[in-house]
Amino acid sequence: MSSKTPNRRGFLKGSAALAGLAVGAIPFANGETFAVDKPEEESPLDLSYGTRSHFESSVRSVTLGGVRDIVPGMPPPAGEMGQRLTPLQDSVGIITPASLHFMTGRGSHLPDIDPREHRLMIHGMVDRPLVFTMEELKRLPSISRIYFLECTGNSGLSHYKAMVKTLRAANSPELTKSTHVIQQVHGRTATSEWTGVPLSLLLKEAGVQKNASWLVAEGGDAGKHSKSIPLEKGMDDVLVAYAQNGEALRRENGYPLRLIVPGFQGVNNVKYIRSIKVVDKPYYLKVETANYTNLKPDGKASWYEYQVGPKSLITYPSDAHTLPGRGLYQISGLAWSGRGAISKVEVSTDSGRTWKDANLQQPILRKAHTRFRMPWNWDGAETHIMSRCTNEYGDIQPTMIELAQLWGDTREPHIPAADIEKFWESAAIMEFLSNPIQPWKVGQDGSVQDALYINFKV
Amino acid sequence: MRCTSILRSSFILPAVALLACTAAMAQSPTYKVGRPPTDAEMHSWDNVVGSDGKELPSGSGTAKEGAKIYAAKCSFCHGKTGVEGPYPRLVGGTGTLNTPNPIMTTGSFWPFATTIWDYINRSMPRDTEGTLTPDEVYSLTAFLLFRNDIIKDTDVMDRKSMVELQMPNRNGFYPANPESTTKNGNWKPNWNQAKPASK
Repeated sequence: MSSKTPNRRGFLKGSAALAGLAVGAIPFANGETFAVDKPEEESPLDLSYGTRSHFESSVRSVTLGGVRDIVPGMPPPAGEMGQRLTPLQDSVGIITPASLHFMTGRGSHLPDIDPREHRLMIHGMVDRPLVFTMEELKRLPSISRIYFLECTGNSGLSHYKAMVKTLRAANSPELTKSTHVIQQVHGRTATSEWTGVPLSLLLKEAGVQKNASWLVAEGGDAGKHSKSIPLEKGMDDVLVAYAQNGEALRRENGYPLRLIVPGFQGVNNVKYIRSIKVVDKPYYLKVETANYTNLKPDGKASWYEYQVGPKSLITYPSDAHTLPGRGLYQISGLAWSGRGAISKVEVSTDSGRTWKDANLQQPILRKAHTRFRMPWNWDGAETHIMSRCTNEYGDIQPTMIELAQLWGDTREPHIPAADIEKFWESAAIMEFLSNPIQPWKVGQDGSVQDALYINFKV
Repeated sequence: MRCTSILRSSFILPAVALLACTAAMAQSPTYKVGRPPTDAEMHSWDNVVGSDGKELPSGSGTAKEGAKIYAAKCSFCHGKTGVEGPYPRLVGGTGTLNTPNPIMTTGSFWPFATTIWDYINRSMPRDTEGTLTPDEVYSLTAFLLFRNDIIKDTDVMDRKSMVELQMPNRNGFYPANPESTTKNGNWKPNWNQAKPASK
């Protein structure tokens, strides 16, 4: 304590000495103490690229089952390298760390592409086909934008069914305990700041010809994921991105280059992008005909649907949490819309009888997650909590029943609630664009459980 | 900007010059970064095949030839006859799409033969994607079409027959002409145009 400006540690040591106590054990009136700083490392940490505190354990989880189950003893099916799901239950704010960003793997392995060798080719109906190196792309005017991504199948009933079936088969209390609907069913969405070159700039540089109307984007991954995208969207706000949250893209998120197609279903956001061909019609590729189409009860399927609908989700408390007792909690969640900014999020804490506007965290960005919060004094009684959002165009997040009616054959728009399960059993073969209101049931014991998907037989 | 300054500094402005200026603005690149692709790059990268089949290479194959390749390179994952799996079933399912247990295969569901060709060519077989020759891909496509009772096992599939072939479920999708939906700006999803049912 000889220094004129004692540091905090010195102050604490001095106080402890005065009190005649061991260092770091300053008792409060109730016997608790301040946390003690006691690093376990013997040698200095490598701080050249940071890691989080070893006290933190939030991780992505692997999809249990899947649309197509992985068969024991077989390699995963092509295009199904597996998914890693964002732990939304732990999310705060609107930015998802790149290390926790969900991923969908395509092809047989995770691509490992040398950026010095990577090229992007713009060709087809253009005056000047062009090839860019990564270095050249980075010389062009860049922009940064905050956008959400959401897998086309996020929140789909099939993911819930696969989860339940896998848990039953595994019969592991540990696995069951660490598996949550908030992550397994809803964890295919995340928000990042993306940096790159506007695709419109590259298209103008190549000179798009008059009769062009579509783009065909192809990735350089083993499975050569490819997707037709309307040229109108490509000229609007599509980004050719090389950075995410202030650093290069992660391998699992498209390193070294990917498309960001704001507000459109995840399948359009081609990773490892290497070719963009300008054409005059969609190319009817596998992921826009055989998959990612919605088969309806009449045997016909809808296709070429893009935008993510208005959607919100209470992330705390959700089925990964337990409330320790009655009293004050902060309900917190995320809301987003593929079409525009979120204008309102309403929260009900009385099973949908009354709704109150939640506080929206600024900035509220178009096509990005918006964080909402609301203080809640839980009286200890059983109830359901849920959120619903409205976007700037007045689109309102539907209930599951309304959603089924929307997806149903337009010739049969009014399905009685009692028949809803029957409808889903026949209609939801591959259900996409799923944005139902998700109620969580809070039990008297403080447990929180899914109260939506549990209604469907598995 | 360049055009504006020309306009301002010219007392007499021939219409020809204005047209030339406008055309130049529309056509010339701004940044002049990047280079034209080489023929080799175009050849190896411009191979995503659309329903017009413009990108299909020359070559041909029949189901008879395809059966041998299928047995050697595909049956491990898709089963001996394309039905058994374990991975996606490729054969059968006709007439099941409007039943509670629809079977969606290349035969019952895929609307274009070119899609089968393209997917086999670029994305199959797993772990050795892109290694099949054009003749092998034509043969395998022919084999799947034959197994689905769409062609005979002696029918030759090539660039022309691939594009002309009418798949059974060609009209099983809506909107019927998605290519036109972008021209009128109507590419937003169906559900955005519908109103959620009121409570």
